[in-house]
Amino acid sequence: MATIAGVFSRPTRPTGIWAWISTVDHKKIGALYGVTAFVFFLVGGLEALIMRLQLARAEHGIVSAEVFSQLFTMHALTMIFLAIMPLSAAFFNLVVPLMIGARDVAFPRLNAFSYWVFLLGAFILQTGWIVGSSPNTGWFAYAPLTAESFNPSKGMDFYVVGLGVLGVSSVAAALNFIITIINMRAPGMTLMRLPVFIWMTLVTSFLLVTAMPVITVGLIELYMDRTFGMNFFNVDAGADVILWQHLFWVFGHPEVYILILPAMGIISEVLPTFSRKPLYGYPVVVLSGITIGFMGWAVWSHHMFTVGLGPIANSVFAITTMFIAVPTGIKIFNWIGTLWGGSVDLKTAPLFAIGFIFLFIVGGLSGVMHAISPSDAQQQDTYFIVAHIHYVLFGGSIMAVFAGIYYWFPKATGRLLSERVGKWHFWLTMLGMNLAFYPMHFLGLDGMVRRNYTYPEGMGWDFWNMVSTIGAFILGFATLIFVHNFFRSLRKGEISGDDPWDGRTLEWSIPSPPPEYNFAVIPTVHGRDAFWEQKHGSGHGVHAPAGGAYDHDEGHGIHMPSPSILPLITSLGLGIAGYGLVYSFPVAILGAAITMFGTYAWSMEPATAPDEH
Amino acid sequence: MMKRSLFKSPAIAILGLLLAGGCNPDNPQSILVASGPVAQRQLDLFNLLLWAVTIIFVLVCGWLVYTVIRYRRKPGQGIPEQVHGNTKLEITWTVIPALLLAAVAVPTVAAQFYITEPPAGSDQMRIEVTGHQWWWSVVYPDSGVVTANEIRVPVGKAVVVDLTAEDVIHSFWIPKLAGKIDVVPGKTTSMWFQADEPGEYLGQCAEFCGESHAWMKFRVIAQSPEEYEAWTQAQLADAPQPATEAETTGAQLFITKACIACHKIEGVPAAAGVIGPNLTHVASRTAIAAGVLDNTEENVRAWIKDPSEFKPGNIMNRDGLAYTNPQFALNEDDLNNLTAYILSLK
Repeated sequence: MATIAGVFSRPTRPTGIWAWISTVDHKKIGALYGVTAFVFFLVGGLEALIMRLQLARAEHGIVSAEVFSQLFTMHALTMIFLAIMPLSAAFFNLVVPLMIGARDVAFPRLNAFSYWVFLLGAFILQTGWIVGSSPNTGWFAYAPLTAESFNPSKGMDFYVVGLGVLGVSSVAAALNFIITIINMRAPGMTLMRLPVFIWMTLVTSFLLVTAMPVITVGLIELYMDRTFGMNFFNVDAGADVILWQHLFWVFGHPEVYILILPAMGIISEVLPTFSRKPLYGYPVVVLSGITIGFMGWAVWSHHMFTVGLGPIANSVFAITTMFIAVPTGIKIFNWIGTLWGGSVDLKTAPLFAIGFIFLFIVGGLSGVMHAISPSDAQQQDTYFIVAHIHYVLFGGSIMAVFAGIYYWFPKATGRLLSERVGKWHFWLTMLGMNLAFYPMHFLGLDGMVRRNYTYPEGMGWDFWNMVSTIGAFILGFATLIFVHNFFRSLRKGEISGDDPWDGRTLEWSIPSPPPEYNFAVIPTVHGRDAFWEQKHGSGHGVHAPAGGAYDHDEGHGIHMPSPSILPLITSLGLGIAGYGLVYSFPVAILGAAITMFGTYAWSMEPATAPDEH
Repeated sequence: MMKRSLFKSPAIAILGLLLAGGCNPDNPQSILVASGPVAQRQLDLFNLLLWAVTIIFVLVCGWLVYTVIRYRRKPGQGIPEQVHGNTKLEITWTVIPALLLAAVAVPTVAAQFYITEPPAGSDQMRIEVTGHQWWWSVVYPDSGVVTANEIRVPVGKAVVVDLTAEDVIHSFWIPKLAGKIDVVPGKTTSMWFQADEPGEYLGQCAEFCGESHAWMKFRVIAQSPEEYEAWTQAQLADAPQPATEAETTGAQLFITKACIACHKIEGVPAAAGVIGPNLTHVASRTAIAAGVLDNTEENVRAWIKDPSEFKPGNIMNRDGLAYTNPQFALNEDDLNNLTAYILSLK
């Protein structure tokens, strides 16, 4: 056994880049997720700006029809799978163990594996820009436009394999967080004492674990069709191409809630802290989040109201969709109820949270309008829908991401983001966002079809398209302001202290940035908002150790998992296999062999570095 | 009172904007003025919802903005009262939206059935439309008329459209007359519309269907029943014989340059292709290239010369011998003669 342990020994105290490559620390992995996802957010934004330039005027010749198709497809895939989802994952990683009083996630190496697989999946998905053929069918990729006969380029293969690999990352991460939340809560932190962000992480993770397999089935079928000439979506052989739409949207609608529930969780933390009041109606907010998670499975056909499923199917899905507005409305009312009677400190984080509520109301109400299946037949596939999704995904998810960044940045770095620059960022974002996306409602009602690479003059679409383009560039500028704020504050930001916002949850009870082991002594929790209760309430919210316990960083004697490079090697195998599936089967087999070796070595790896015994 | 007016005025401005204030109903594809009963039913529902959501928006966002302003932290303010919730209030704001939605569900379901097929006993006709990348073929099964990209209908008659697709999924949409329905290969979907006034209504494919999706348009022309009957009779006739020298040469070029491989012209036995639009009476249509170009001599010539200038990726450019085989290439005279022939096909 000693020899085996020698072969599979773990790196000890790596420094520099190796510290990041071999890390299993949830905080470092969270930072990796956050930075990577934000880079892709900028890439997706750049794609959007090129499209807005093209659409600024009638018959503009900035890009060709084919390039435009690739741009709108990659914009959606990048923003959904490579920006919003991993930004949520960044928050899960950074915050969940700190909030539940744990020293790491349940499976630290699996956590690193999830990140590396995500990175490789992202590379595969973006390869098209390098080899000149990105996916070009829209992110929904309706069959049979995706068939080899209509689409011989490699773009669709990158789509299939890239999303498949990203699915592995999502499911691994989601299982990790489910198990972490269920098993690793601090003593006394019962489910109904969990912070709402943790609840939303849990619901989102269950959605990921259950929704990802559905799209994977569709992806495998499409791969079989394209590579081996099978007939899952071949009309000439009797296939029903609507099958793809069902598979896609049975995944795709829960996916919408995968994108928004973490955002709702962030809002539910930020608003109480800056109002100095507990979340209004906590049990109802939690229950409505769970309800949304369940109801999200029963509404997918509202993406298919014009497919011709018949009036009965359309009516059923119209009604289920309308009623998902009820739990969503409850959340909004309870957030405003939280602010009501509070002491609302309008720092940047709560401004973004309030902006979220405002914009999400707009997007939610236009969503209810889409639920009305007969009139949706006039809105489907027009810019009215484009307006709606950007109000919920930008106005919703991204606004909440910014709220979360301004809120937790001091915890992660020990420094505050500049409030002055932050307010410029917020107001320019609000201005740019509404100028870019509100006029799209008008364009949709004036009959402008989405995914058109250009439009003729005389349709009455010129003015609002120009306005929208100007808004998009203001939004891009606002984002650059944020990037500036981020890097400047990282070096020169005001020192925040451990608890700059008078926080309510456990992460604010430990140093900023937290030590590797998070909690010197695992706290015992006696109520909801435990840290707040300890400071302002009965004084019995949480039993934390005396401050002195954090003084000595080295040799603290707390057993932490050792670094490992096997997660990276195992995921590299998956990445190689992914490229192999596109280009050459022997390479795929090589990649699979590397992954199998990595998995084996992983299982043989000793729990700690040899010198720690 | 001061605080109230602070949030009231932007709210009113937003209200005006929200009420589709930026839209111009004169726009040719605006859905805010309907020209037939199906679009009207959809517009009525839309307007009902627009008012409902506008009121909700003003109330909820007004409450939000008022709350933020009123409860802004004041210097030296202590910890506010720790309120955890109010069960009665929370039940209220659960039940009221649910009731509102239940009320909206009733006209929704009724309209969904209404737009699916015309009322029993109404004056009806059927047409069959097939979507292709990127044009539409149109068949009138009762009269036998075959045309493309232009649908003529009599006013006041319910037109039931049976749709299918040749290649990929398309979506059939005439904003002023009816909402869209997808056009799916291997399946038949169906919708109906009725034009109440004579006129020309623009239509467009709404489901992304490949490179030139943006240029897959069509027109619906509603006429009086007499004009429609006259049009039907004219369409049933064979194509007119070429009259001038240019037309005669053009007719021969139509055969020798292999146009006949894809296009059908009734009365010209060699021209029996079914891949492209039927051109028997193409000169009687108001537009060419699937509603993209007005049917003028200049446009017809430019279209034949280089179709991909107007429709990138189109099959004529990709597969037509005149564009792929130098032996079949068209010179300037050929273009003039072919244009003359095409324009003679009234």
